[in-house]
Parts: sequence; structure tokens; C-alpha cells
Amino acid sequence: MSKPKVGFYWCASCGGCEEAVVDLAETILKVVDAVDIVFWPVALDFKRADVEAMENGALAVSFVNGAIRTSEQEEMAELLRAKSQLIVAFGSCSHLGGIPGLANLHHQAGIFRRVYQEAPSVVNPENTVPQWRTEVPEGTLTLPVFHDTVKSLDQTIDVDYYLPGCPPPVKLIVGAVMAILENRLPAKGAVLAPDIALCHECPRKDSKPEKLLIKEFKRPHEMLTDSRQCLLAQGLLCLGPATRSGCEAPCVGANMPCTGCLGPTSHVKDQGAKVLSALASILDSNDEEQIEARLDDIVDPVGTFYRYSLPASFLYAHPSANGGPQP
Amino acid sequence: MSNEHRSESPRPFRPDIVAFFCNWCTYTAADLAGTSRMAYAPNVRIIRLMCSGRIDPQFVLAAFRQGADGVLIGGCHPGDCHYQEGNYKALRRYKLLRRLLKSMGIEEERLRLEWISASEGEKVKRVINEMTEELRRLGPLRLAPKPQARRTRLVPVAGGVP
Repeated sequence: MSKPKVGFYWCASCGGCEEAVVDLAETILKVVDAVDIVFWPVALDFKRADVEAMENGALAVSFVNGAIRTSEQEEMAELLRAKSQLIVAFGSCSHLGGIPGLANLHHQAGIFRRVYQEAPSVVNPENTVPQWRTEVPEGTLTLPVFHDTVKSLDQTIDVDYYLPGCPPPVKLIVGAVMAILENRLPAKGAVLAPDIALCHECPRKDSKPEKLLIKEFKRPHEMLTDSRQCLLAQGLLCLGPATRSGCEAPCVGANMPCTGCLGPTSHVKDQGAKVLSALASILDSNDEEQIEARLDDIVDPVGTFYRYSLPASFLYAHPSANGGPQP
Repeated sequence: MSNEHRSESPRPFRPDIVAFFCNWCTYTAADLAGTSRMAYAPNVRIIRLMCSGRIDPQFVLAAFRQGADGVLIGGCHPGDCHYQEGNYKALRRYKLLRRLLKSMGIEEERLRLEWISASEGEKVKRVINEMTEELRRLGPLRLAPKPQARRTRLVPVAGGVP
């Protein structure tokens, strides 16, 4: 009997998710023994036409990473949906919009101005910017359309499962692959990770005070961090209380606060709102002026609370991203 | 009702306010305003909670996404919270939430916090009327339309997953 066929694809992403597959190390040999990888642009030479030639449902599962920003990514997501029995949104960008999702704070024209003109590393005296259509003597050249906003994968196609994380932890990837191979998947729509907050598996859990109250919010470069004590108790904006566990807290282990890449648990609809709620609750002040002064220390509320989840949030985007008034 | 699909209507704009009032002070005050037959703007939908400290910022954002033009939070005066400190928690969340809303292109005035004790029926009336006027001046809230998660197409898995 032939082995189940598997596809990998990347959309608006950094390549870190592909790296996570490589991080499987020798475990990947077990995976390759069990399945045939028939589409993986970063590693194999199969093209879009090869996928188009497959029968619908020919792929047992496709792992799609990256958010959806362009028409090409949308088309590929739809193509893989048709050809795959299961679609797994792989990584934060695909799951919740991820870091590219923060572009929903800006208008498309502003993004192009920054990227193709203003960025310090750019030399572009002729102000060349990508055009969707360009007429040349030989005919019309086209590029994929750059949409107004960034979407998560499930805002584009029907998604069966989610593998969270930036990138997904190796342990979760192996667990998901095994669950698929052994046909013991949970209900459709599940996030394939524990459904409990990160604090529960944090190595510093025992150092969290009974009543957590902090005098001021700090950033890692402003202090010498105690490598044993709860980071929140030290005033760092650690998102562990509002983030799903499953990664075993490697960031906290490296003395860096959690930034929330595994997204919220299933009980939370809007991760940023929950982060906000948790941080405001533990600020030790009841004085209005003092509260305002302390909150000034949170320099970028949206980027901090919604670092990986803006497109999945209630507010989704700044109105100007959709052509509303510019800020 | 949704902020995404509201069409321009020839009628004057009638803002919708979602109000979260605590059981012990502000909701009782709203009750008092009612039994005292005070008239206030009919634009408000009041939701009673046990404490302003119960207001999850998710409630506020969900209200905006589902069509509210403004959200009003009412709690006990500082020092008067039935649960001692719940209203201070609400205050801190409110302050941070206003900053978040501003960064997301939503006027801060659309979120208002007022301390209203059980005897201040008159203040309920004044605050609701003021906020209705303020929202009328600001106009309808226009959020960026959010694409719905696709949950329509269930792909049959022949013979189970491999």
C-alpha cells in the first residue's frame, strides 16, 4: 500500500516554520518512513502545476504556515484545501496572523512607502514599487495582488487543525504527526497543544508570589533579571498567564518573558484583551495619576498584547488599513 | 446590527451604547432612575454584572465588534466597592484599554467609566444623555471589517485519516 502523501507550504512567513521541521532532527527519518512528502517548495522541486494535476483529496494532509497577504497565497491555500483531506495551520502566522499580522495597523500605501522608500537600508532613486500589472512590448506582466490586510489561514480556507507557536515546538509537531498517522485526532478545529496557560508548566512557577502585585512595568534591557524568580513578579511583561502552554517555556528559561506565540487557550477569544486584563490587574496602584504614569511604561500596547494575534482579534485592523481615515 | 455593514441612513444617527453596570451601585442607581420616572436617552442597553471588576476587556471589544458605538462602565465610587477593590481593577483596565483603543484608531471617548452610587439616579440620566450626545457628535464607529473564520466546507475523509 502506498504511503500517505503530505504537503508543506509557506505563505506570509519568515521561514522559521520550515526550520522547525528541520529541527525534528533524526525524528524526521521516522516521519519520512511513514509518509511521502510530495510538495515542499523550500526543499523539493515540485511545482504548483504538480499539485494542480493531483486528484482532489490526494494529499492526506497539508501543513500550511504563514499568514495570507497576497492573492497568490490565497490561491495556493485554496488549491491545497481542495487537494488535501486535512489542512493543518502550522505556526502563529497561519494560526492567528502572527507578526506579519501587525501590518494590519497600517495602510498599504504606508507599508510600501516604508519598505521601498524610507527604510534606511533601501536605495531606490527611481522610486520603483511593485505593480500588479506592467505593460512590456512582449505583453502584460503581472504580480500577485497585495491585499489591504493580513488574514489568518482560517479566514481564507476551512482549517482542520492548528499547530501553534513561532515556530511550533518540536514536541507538538511530533505529537501532531503521530496523532495523524495513528488516527487519533481530536475534534475538528482543535489546537494541537495543551489547553492550559503557560504558567502551569513554567519552571519558575513556584517562585510566583501568592498575591502577585507589581509596582512598575519594566523591559528586559532596563534591569538585571533574576534567573530564578517569576518574571512577572520582577515587573517584566510576561504573557504566560494569557498564553497556551506546550512549549515548556524556553524563553522564560533563557530569562526572556513570554511574548505569547502559542496564542490563547480555547477559553479566550481575544488574547490581547486577556493580556491587558491580567497586567492591569496586578499593577499595585489605586491612584489615577500614578496608574497613568505606570502605564506610560508600556510603550507599544498593541504590539505587546497582540504580537502574534492581531488578525484573530475582535478589532482585526486599524480602520485606515481598509482605506479609512489615516491616523 | 453590525459596524461593518451599516449603510448611510437618511435618519439622524442614533448611537448604540452598551453599558456594563455593577449590581451594588450603578445598576441600583439606574433602577432608581427608572422608579423615579426620570427620562434619559433610549440609546443604552444595560448589562448587569456583580462588580465592575468582572468586566473582562473582551466584553468591551466584543461590544464594539458587534455594533456598539460606545461602551459605558459604571461602578461604585472609590472606596465603596462591595468587594473592596474590584472598581480599582476596573479603573486600571479602563485606563489601559483606552490606550489600546486609541492605537487601534478608535476614539477614546467611546469608552467611558463613571462612578455612580446607588442613590445617584440623576447621575445615570446625565451620563447617558451626555454620552449619547458625544457619540452623536463622533458619528458611527467604523471598524475595519473582519473576515469570518471559514467553517463551511467539511471535507469528507474517505476511510478515515490514513
